[in-house]
Amino acid sequence: MRSLISILDLDVVEINELISTANDIIDNPKKYSEACHGKKLATLFFEPSTRTRLSFEAAMYELGGNVIGFSEAQSSSAAKGESVADTAKTISCYADIIAMRHPKEGAPLVASMNASIPVINAGDGGHNHPTQTLADLLTIHREKGGFDNLTVGLCGDLKFGRTVHSLIEALSRYNNIKFVLISPDELKLPSYIKKDVLKKHNIEYKQVSTIEEVIGELDILYMTRVQRERFFNEEDYLRLKDTYILTPEKLSGAKADLSVMHPLPRVNEISVAIDKDPRACYFKQVLYGKYMRMALILKLLEVTV
Amino acid sequence: MKIDAIVNGIVIDHITAGKGMKLYHLLGLEALNASVALIQNVNSKKMGKKDIIKIDSDISLNTDVLGYVDPGVTVSIIKNGVTVEKKSIDLPEKLTDVIFCKNPRCITSTEQELPNIFTLTDKEQQIYRCAYCETKAKSE
Repeated sequence: MRSLISILDLDVVEINELISTANDIIDNPKKYSEACHGKKLATLFFEPSTRTRLSFEAAMYELGGNVIGFSEAQSSSAAKGESVADTAKTISCYADIIAMRHPKEGAPLVASMNASIPVINAGDGGHNHPTQTLADLLTIHREKGGFDNLTVGLCGDLKFGRTVHSLIEALSRYNNIKFVLISPDELKLPSYIKKDVLKKHNIEYKQVSTIEEVIGELDILYMTRVQRERFFNEEDYLRLKDTYILTPEKLSGAKADLSVMHPLPRVNEISVAIDKDPRACYFKQVLYGKYMRMALILKLLEVTV
Repeated sequence: MKIDAIVNGIVIDHITAGKGMKLYHLLGLEALNASVALIQNVNSKKMGKKDIIKIDSDISLNTDVLGYVDPGVTVSIIKNGVTVEKKSIDLPEKLTDVIFCKNPRCITSTEQELPNIFTLTDKEQQIYRCAYCETKAKSE
């Protein structure tokens, strides 16, 4: 019985298997429409996350399965003080697989240590969100045909953005990847990720402070939101906020086959004028997230089609 | 200085000078109803100075604490006045309830019955990270 807590729980062979299953689901949805008939997914969302929960639920329904669960802690026994371990043991009696979102870091790991069914981490605080990374990986694979020899720009909040950290960890296992880190000084990639991941794998990277100076080099531009609350003072925020907003003007020097990605929700960091540009991939990313969750559920339930 | 030889017990040797008292407390030796000797600043050819702890009782020793606080210490088990086992204690791969996570966002901050587990992620730099939230432990 396997669980998925961190993206590094999956090796590159398994990621390739998931990608190939997801691609087959996209091509042959009917073949999978009853694959999980009679199985139940429990979505245990101790904090609200509508898009992730609905993605998991849609994934399970499209596999012919059923869904039980809750969407906030107030409507669960956690409100009565039940431990994560006890919740996991209890839900194991009702469902076949768990997708858990929790505000505390490590809660899904605790659940996986106590459940007798697979647990998928659907986000634990600012720590891990492996299925978002799976969505990102399928998007890159479908857009670029693979992961090798890519120059990946990561823009915005590189300090606190967990999706960025996980994506760097996942992509660092492929050949000849280059990262371009685009952020204000206040939100640079933490030094432990540079040391433990980039330098450890001898990965080429550079740090810059504007999109314009590097846009022409990029194969992927992964945008994230620069949040007001991350700055010590309002002045710095106001001075920098527009620097990290992607506009058609900034995109004008980009490659024709650039892929613009974003984990969503977007606030204003990508101008809506870019939505119609064929290089915009962020809504495809949402769709691919559902297919990767389907592939993951099949894998963890050991269902073969 | 004369300290009686141990008949049945444990000798913790090659303790870095100055760490003996800390280990004494962390191992809970003050609560032990047996003869315990903490010898500080003993001359050592290899280390210059070292501390030694002798315990005249066959207790179960938490070697994780020893390895974490002072990797390289040696533990000798004495039975009937004879050393039956001698081993060097290295940094443990996993620590359970030896150190505690300080991250307020970690699940261990709200569920206090959970064991505090840390794993050795970088042996060279002696870095331990919380098994739940991966926060780096404060070094000793």
